[in-house]
Amino acid sequence: MNDALDVALRLLVVFVVFLTFPLLVGQAEHKVMAHMQGRLGPMYAGGFHGWAQLVADGVKFAQKEDIVPAGADRRIFQLAPAVALLPYLMVLLVIPVGPGEGAVGEVVDAGIFFVLAVMGVSVLGSLMAGWASANKFSLLGGLRTAAQLLAYELPMLLTAASVAMAAGTVSLTGIVDAFEWWWLPWQIVGAIVFFVAGLAELQRPPFDMPVADSEIIFGAYTEYTGLRFALFLLAEYAGIVVLCGLTTVLFLGGWHGPWGADGLGWVWTLLKAAVLAFVVIWLRVTYPRLREDQLQKLAWTLLVPLSLAQIALTGIVKVVIA
Amino acid sequence: MTPAAVTVSAARATTTAAETHGFLSPTGVEIAFLLVGLVTFGAAIVTVTTKQLVHAALWLVVALGGLAVEYLLLTAEFIAWVQVLIYVGSVVVLLLFGLMLTRAPIGRSPDADSGNRWAALTVAIAAAGALVWVVVDAFRTTWIDLDGAAAGSTAVTGASLFQSWVLPFEALSVLLLAALVGAIVLSRKAKAKTKAEVEAEAKTKTPATASDTPRRDDVPRSDKEGAR
Repeated sequence: MNDALDVALRLLVVFVVFLTFPLLVGQAEHKVMAHMQGRLGPMYAGGFHGWAQLVADGVKFAQKEDIVPAGADRRIFQLAPAVALLPYLMVLLVIPVGPGEGAVGEVVDAGIFFVLAVMGVSVLGSLMAGWASANKFSLLGGLRTAAQLLAYELPMLLTAASVAMAAGTVSLTGIVDAFEWWWLPWQIVGAIVFFVAGLAELQRPPFDMPVADSEIIFGAYTEYTGLRFALFLLAEYAGIVVLCGLTTVLFLGGWHGPWGADGLGWVWTLLKAAVLAFVVIWLRVTYPRLREDQLQKLAWTLLVPLSLAQIALTGIVKVVIA
Repeated sequence: MTPAAVTVSAARATTTAAETHGFLSPTGVEIAFLLVGLVTFGAAIVTVTTKQLVHAALWLVVALGGLAVEYLLLTAEFIAWVQVLIYVGSVVVLLLFGLMLTRAPIGRSPDADSGNRWAALTVAIAAAGALVWVVVDAFRTTWIDLDGAAAGSTAVTGASLFQSWVLPFEALSVLLLAALVGAIVLSRKAKAKTKAEVEAEAKTKTPATASDTPRRDDVPRSDKEGAR
C-alpha cells in the first residue's frame, strides 16, 4: 500500500513539474526577450506584470477549433502531438534533482541511454506531423527536422559518453555522485557541445531552420491549430526544461555547490537549470537563424570533431589519474 | 549479436530450474512477455503488408519498440535503451527521411508490392526457423531469476561483452569501420566523376570523340548513384 502511494506521489509531482516548469520558462522568455529588446512584454493578464499571460494563451488555444486538413492523413496527424510531447514527460521522470532516492521520479540503471533514446523518439512526432499534413512547407520542415536530428544526435551521444567515461557509470545519479569540481574545466568542451547539440535537437533559435516561420511558415506545424498546436509548443518548452536539467546533471554537478549541499542540494540543481534556461532564451534573442547548410556544417565539421577530442581527453586523463 | 549476448549473460546468472517452472502456470511477467510479443508480431506483419509507405515505417517503430519492451522484460535494460536509441531514434528517422526525400504519398501506393515477396517470405521463414530452433535448443531449460540482481544490467552486459565476447565485438567494429570508409569513398568518387565529366563534356566539342566519351561516362555514374 505504502509503495503504491509512494509511486503515485512521485508520478504526481513529476506531472505537476511537467505542466508548470515549461510555462515558467515560457513566461520568462516573454519577459526576458521583451526587456532585452527594450519592451515590457505582457503586462495585463493576471494583474502583476502579466504573470497569467500563458494561462490566458492556454484558454485561447483550448477554445480554438481543431482542424484537420482534408488531404491529411487523419490519424497520424492527430497522433503526432502526443508522440512529440510524451517522451519529455518520460525523461523528466528520471532526472535527479537531489541526492538519494527521494529526489528522483524513478531510478534507471542506464539513465543516460534512456534519456537520449527517449528524446530521440520525440522527433518522430515532428516527422509524423510534417508528413501527415499534406502540405509542402510541412514536408520541408519534416525533412529539415530529420536531417538536423541525424546531424546533432551524434555529438550529443559522444559528449554524454565522455561524461559516462569520466564517472565510470551510465546512471544519472551515479554521475552526479562521482562529480568533482575539476570536472568543470575537464569536460567544458563536452558541456558546450552537448548544450548546443541539444538546442539544435529542440529546434530552438538559432537552430530553428526546420520551423523557420518567415520561410516555411513554422514547418511541420503549419496546419495545426488549437490544442494540438499548443501541445507542440509545450513540447518545445518541456524540451528546454529537460535539456537544462540534463546539462546540469551531466556537466555542472547537479546538487553539488559551494555550500549547503546537505539539505538544499535541489536548490542548486534548479538554480543551475534556471540559469541555463536563461541562456537558451538569451541565445534566441541574440543570434540570427543559421542556414540549412551552415547547420549541417557546424555539426559535422565542428561539433563531431570537438566531441571526439573531448572523448580522447577524457580517456587520457582517466588513464593518467587511475 | 546483442540479443545473443544478453541471453548468454542472463543464462550465466540464472539457475537451470525447469522443474520449478511449469508452462501451465505462467507468471505475470511471462504473460506480459507473450502479449507484447503478439503486438510486436502483429506490427511486423502490418509493416510488410500495408500499402501505405509511411505507415509501414511507423508500424516498424511499433515493432522495434515492442522488441525493446521484450528486452526490458528479460531484465536487459541497457540493450532495451540502445535498441530504442539506434533503431527507433536513428534508423527509422533515416528511413522516413529517405521516404520524404524521394516519395511519400498520402494514401495507398498500388505498386508497393514487390514481385519478390514469395522469395522474401521463404527466406524470412527459413531465417526465423533457424533462429528459433537454435535459441530454443540453446536455452531450453534456462530461466531468468527475476527476484535476484538484474541479469542484464549495464555492468553485467559490459563485463560479458568485453570479457567473453570481445573478439566478435572487435570484428564487428572493424566491419562497421570498413562500411564507413566504403561509404566515404563511394561519395567522394562520385564527386570526382562529375568533375571528370565536366572535362569530358568540354572535350566533346572536338568532333572526333563526341559520340564515344559521354556514353562511356554515363554507365558508371548511374551505377554510383544507385549505390549511394
